[in-house]
Amino acid sequence: MAHAPFAYNLAHLIGATVLMMGFGLLYQRRMTAVIRTYALQAMALALAAAWQAAIQDAPHLYATALIILLFKGMAVPAALQWLVRRLGIHRTVETALGIGPTLMAGVGLVALSIVLVIPMDIAGTAITRESVALAMSVVLLGLLMMITRRNAVTQVVGFMSLENGLLLAAVGAHGMPLVVELSIAFSVLVAMALFGIFFFRIRERFDSLELSYLETSRGDSQ
Amino acid sequence: MTALLPGPLTLTLALPLLGALLLAVLPGWRPAAWLNVGFSAATLAAAAWLAVDHPPPGLFLFIDDFNAALIVLTGLVGFSTALFSAAYINRDGKNKRLAPRHLRLYHAMYQAFMFTLLLALSANNIGILWVAVEGATLTTVLMVSLYRTKPAIEAAWKYFILCSVGIGLALFGTILVYLAAQTVMGDGSPAMAFSLMTPRAAAFQPELLNLAFVFLLVGYGTKAGLVPLHAWLPDAHAEGPTPISAVLSGLLLNVAFYVLLRYKRLLAANPHTLQPGPLLVGLGVLSVLVAAFMLYRRGDIKRLFAYSSIEHMGLLAVAFGTGGALANFAGLLHMLMHSLVKSAIFFVVGLASQAAGSQRIADIRGLTTSAPLLGWSLVVGVLAIAGLPPFGVFTSEFLLLNALVPRAPWLGLLLLGLLLLAFAALVLRLHGLAFGPPSPLPGRDGAKPPRLFTRVVGTAPIFLHMALAVAAGIALPAAAASWLWAIAKQLG
Repeated sequence: MAHAPFAYNLAHLIGATVLMMGFGLLYQRRMTAVIRTYALQAMALALAAAWQAAIQDAPHLYATALIILLFKGMAVPAALQWLVRRLGIHRTVETALGIGPTLMAGVGLVALSIVLVIPMDIAGTAITRESVALAMSVVLLGLLMMITRRNAVTQVVGFMSLENGLLLAAVGAHGMPLVVELSIAFSVLVAMALFGIFFFRIRERFDSLELSYLETSRGDSQ
Repeated sequence: MTALLPGPLTLTLALPLLGALLLAVLPGWRPAAWLNVGFSAATLAAAAWLAVDHPPPGLFLFIDDFNAALIVLTGLVGFSTALFSAAYINRDGKNKRLAPRHLRLYHAMYQAFMFTLLLALSANNIGILWVAVEGATLTTVLMVSLYRTKPAIEAAWKYFILCSVGIGLALFGTILVYLAAQTVMGDGSPAMAFSLMTPRAAAFQPELLNLAFVFLLVGYGTKAGLVPLHAWLPDAHAEGPTPISAVLSGLLLNVAFYVLLRYKRLLAANPHTLQPGPLLVGLGVLSVLVAAFMLYRRGDIKRLFAYSSIEHMGLLAVAFGTGGALANFAGLLHMLMHSLVKSAIFFVVGLASQAAGSQRIADIRGLTTSAPLLGWSLVVGVLAIAGLPPFGVFTSEFLLLNALVPRAPWLGLLLLGLLLLAFAALVLRLHGLAFGPPSPLPGRDGAKPPRLFTRVVGTAPIFLHMALAVAAGIALPAAAASWLWAIAKQLG
């Protein structure tokens, strides 16, 4: 640990902000608020990347921070706001599991990451245990959001917040190559998801739990 | 930078990339199909050259016996599927099922998909590997949604979301592997290269590697279609164009599996990590179990064979999870045989459902009477995939049971029972499809019969694949056997 504890404390504080926004996404009931919370999470992530760029002395991370800020913090939320208004789904978030139980599950997932990661003996590695635990919590919360929301747009927001967790881990990993490339490659996925929602008017998610979906298109009745 | 000099590896990767760019800008879908065949043939030639002439490993790309074998397989199935696709997709174009711009997208994406597969197979850097698998997802999503029907869009969306989550989790695992390696190997690209990491993996932080492997297993396991992560697979196979079903089953699943095996080897090099074997065996048995029962209630012919693919991915997981040279040999042989036979079956199924104008099993009956060539090819194909001698699938399944029974007799017995169950389901469905009173073939009646050339092009790949499967079943050439044996011993 070549750096002062202050640098790491601030990094953890920013990481914890990203995590708090992940919880924020789970309790918002209105679509516009969900998107705004997502934008805040992305901005916190941009700050995390910029701070890592400063303490690791890695200028390419400033590029990552800028991409995150412009693309994920501004362009994507703006596109989403426009999209939900276009599709007329800006009112309430449909949940498959109530807000309360979802938050409880979220707390459980964060506890799980802490229990798994904190006992690890990884002193001397490129990342602190706390950063791994924070990033893993954000990833799992994103996954939880994808599972517990019915609407395709909220599902994509969950996916993007999962991605924020990945980036939080990637920028925190000291000297990791290809971070910029990987973040761009991931943005392509996000862009494609938005594209799909817009062009095919996908409102509902389709998965094996959705009964109406099973009835309409399993195409398998004999 | 040896990778930048023109050599077999550069050619193998550059040809499909060039093909994708060219096909994306060229108008006119009739020549595009043949250009697609041409590029695939050239890629196959480059892959064959690569197999005999391995370039030295670089930081980003590397070739060893294992991925060279799969690159040749990918080149071969890619070429024969392109040939089949030229006969198949042109009919969709002629009867206006697909618009010209969709056909252009299809051909460009076909080559782009081949590029991502070959890149994933030859990648040494785990970041590049991840990007290649992501690219394979994106290109196939575009092809699955090609018909723009509601079920096709839904299937593509489901595939896209499930596999995106999968590869998202795989990226987290990738980052964790870098973190485990970075302590020992220092910052930068060497800590992401398989060829440099594996010899030094013993010093990596084992708990970090364990956590990474769980994420990688869930992530790439989704792409390999292992139960319970398989939900996307039947829909994606059923709703896309049939050539895509053939390459999804024959190539993409293999590549996902290959990635898992690379990471398994990395973990095996560290004595303090968890044993990935039992995890793979567990997922594998579950996959075979679920698939064997699901085979019974299928009403859609492409979904039927998609579930059969899940079964065979399960067998691969059991084989590689068991480990040891014999089980690995069986797994490798099974991988090759399943690719060849399953893609051949999809070729037959594609022609049959095009002729019948439906994918419902109830609408396709008595093929041996109404279309003898297709009917009997289907019979041969299903018997081959079900694991009857003299086909190569029998050999590999037999070897797998041979390796498994001395180590875990009850597991071997269970697997044998499940194989018989799946066999019975396939034969049950085959009976209706191939024999009995024939159903009408509206796709053929009325329309003027295709030219002899088109017919030959459409069916030649079927015979090619079947001939290879029989050859491997009766007498595997000594050179091929010793090649596979060498890889099997490496895999540990």
